[in-house]
Amino acid sequence: MIKGSIIPWLAALCLAFALHSTAFGQPKKSQVLIKFRHEANGKPLVMQDSAYQSAFGEAYQLTKLKYYVSDLKLHKPKTAHTEKSIYLIDIAGQDSVLMDVAPGTYKALTFTLGVDSLFNCSGAQEGPLDPLNGMFWSWNSGYVFFKMEGYSSSSTADLQRIEQHIGGYLGSHKASADIVLPLQEPLIVEASGMKTIAITMDLDKYWKGKNEIRIASTALIMVPGALAIKSAQNFPGMFSIKGVK
Amino acid sequence: MKFRVIISLLLFSIGCLFIIGAAKDDSYGTYNPSYLQIKVPKGWPIPARNYFINNRLTEQGFQLGKKLFYDSRLSKDREVSCASCHQPFGSFATFDHDLSHGVANTFTTRNAPALMNLAWMNSFHWDGGINHLEVQPLGPLTAHNEMGQTLDSVIIILKADTAYKRMFKAAFGDANITSQRMLRAFAQFTGSLITSNSKYDRVMNGLDTFSNFEKNGYRHFKANCSGCHKEPLFTDNSFRNNGISLNRFKDVGRQQVTGVASDSLKFKVPSLRNLTLTYPYMHDGRIFSVPQVVDHYLAKTQAPHPGMDSLLQKPIQLSKLQKNELVYFLYTLTDTSFTKSKRFGPDGPVYFKH
Repeated sequence: MIKGSIIPWLAALCLAFALHSTAFGQPKKSQVLIKFRHEANGKPLVMQDSAYQSAFGEAYQLTKLKYYVSDLKLHKPKTAHTEKSIYLIDIAGQDSVLMDVAPGTYKALTFTLGVDSLFNCSGAQEGPLDPLNGMFWSWNSGYVFFKMEGYSSSSTADLQRIEQHIGGYLGSHKASADIVLPLQEPLIVEASGMKTIAITMDLDKYWKGKNEIRIASTALIMVPGALAIKSAQNFPGMFSIKGVK
Repeated sequence: MKFRVIISLLLFSIGCLFIIGAAKDDSYGTYNPSYLQIKVPKGWPIPARNYFINNRLTEQGFQLGKKLFYDSRLSKDREVSCASCHQPFGSFATFDHDLSHGVANTFTTRNAPALMNLAWMNSFHWDGGINHLEVQPLGPLTAHNEMGQTLDSVIIILKADTAYKRMFKAAFGDANITSQRMLRAFAQFTGSLITSNSKYDRVMNGLDTFSNFEKNGYRHFKANCSGCHKEPLFTDNSFRNNGISLNRFKDVGRQQVTGVASDSLKFKVPSLRNLTLTYPYMHDGRIFSVPQVVDHYLAKTQAPHPGMDSLLQKPIQLSKLQKNELVYFLYTLTDTSFTKSKRFGPDGPVYFKH
């Protein structure tokens, strides 16, 4: 008789689960897909293609380009939707981020190019921050926020390498950059709707932005410090929104 | 009624299957962690940082870390383990070597520091470049003149080994091998290497007495050395310029990490514990004996220069007898129960390539 009396409860539980999965299991989420595109000289950036040159006429080709995007926020006039995860955008790997957002009208997108100081000094991390991703300095703890490697005939380094490893989380060495991208027209996300924002990173502005970076003199940046800061100050100018749909 | 019983039995068995499924034996053994805690020796401060807050110390994690520590297969030539340069009989420093060796007959440019009482340290390496105990192994594993490996290869080697799968499961709940788990296991072992049973400790705890010679030496120590080599850890973990000259590797120490010119030639103050076993001394092992180290600080050897630490601007004055007394006191800092510990030493015979 005891067993018998459990049955209605079990049935109710099953029903609750069933209802739960129909009501919420197939979520009618509102989503925004953020795509990162990379270009140089007005053309899409292709790895191992030697067709590019900096504003100073220094020809180059790239073999690697990856960077951390964190604290991604979509702003309404008064509130903002914040994405807590950190993403490693890699031209040879993941180049987009899918955000679940509340329906509404959004005015701007902001993010940090870099990794919060806490993650730089709290021991072994996982996921995008796993040192296996080759973005953690083993001799001077901390993350490389932005890693660009390649070759240039202007480089005086061994094998004419370019290695721009930009990072640093402490005090005056802090090399993370806040990127602010206003939306030309408000982005209206409807309930269960999906929108796409295409962000373009223009590499031309890395070499010539707020600061000038010449491959001939600074082909290698591999430590936090003044040179890394100079590069990081160019980050905000490199990104723009090239399309919303 | 019969129908109800059948239904409920059915539901019951589905439930059981679910539970069994969750804990199913994947042939890598069971997960039944025995939790441990860092024991703070009597009279010692509580560690400033708790390295085990996200990495709960367990016997299984410690044993995994120990296996990794003594495993030379992790290196590029499969001959160099952590213990090659951090030898248990040398208080986990390299016994009798100024510079330690890496794979393929390479030399490093620094003297391997002793691994002891690491839970009380905020940073690692002679220049303090490493900011957390867990990320420390990344340096020696991947440096071309140490273990010469890539992190990817290390993980591949571990994943191919059933014994490791079992130990990862025992320590972390499943056989998944990740860099984070490996680094945390390393930290569980290295962070447990506590040495606190020297004659000095026994005297402080009222279990032994200093000879008159040692007692006088202790007085000289407190008057001249304890500003940097602070008791009871015998280091204050600071970075200081002790007047040592720039070496052939142009190693500027702390400046390499901070980029600040005034940090030139500053190195981490090493603990003096077990110093009879950690020779030679200084960041490049340039001084081979304890009396010679004391000489380094004496007025007759070096005139202070402005770059030197403020505490050394007034040179140390000791007579020959006083110097010997000081050296005898320093010899009381050796803890052989640490270096001979079976718990910390390798489980089987280990070949130290050095």
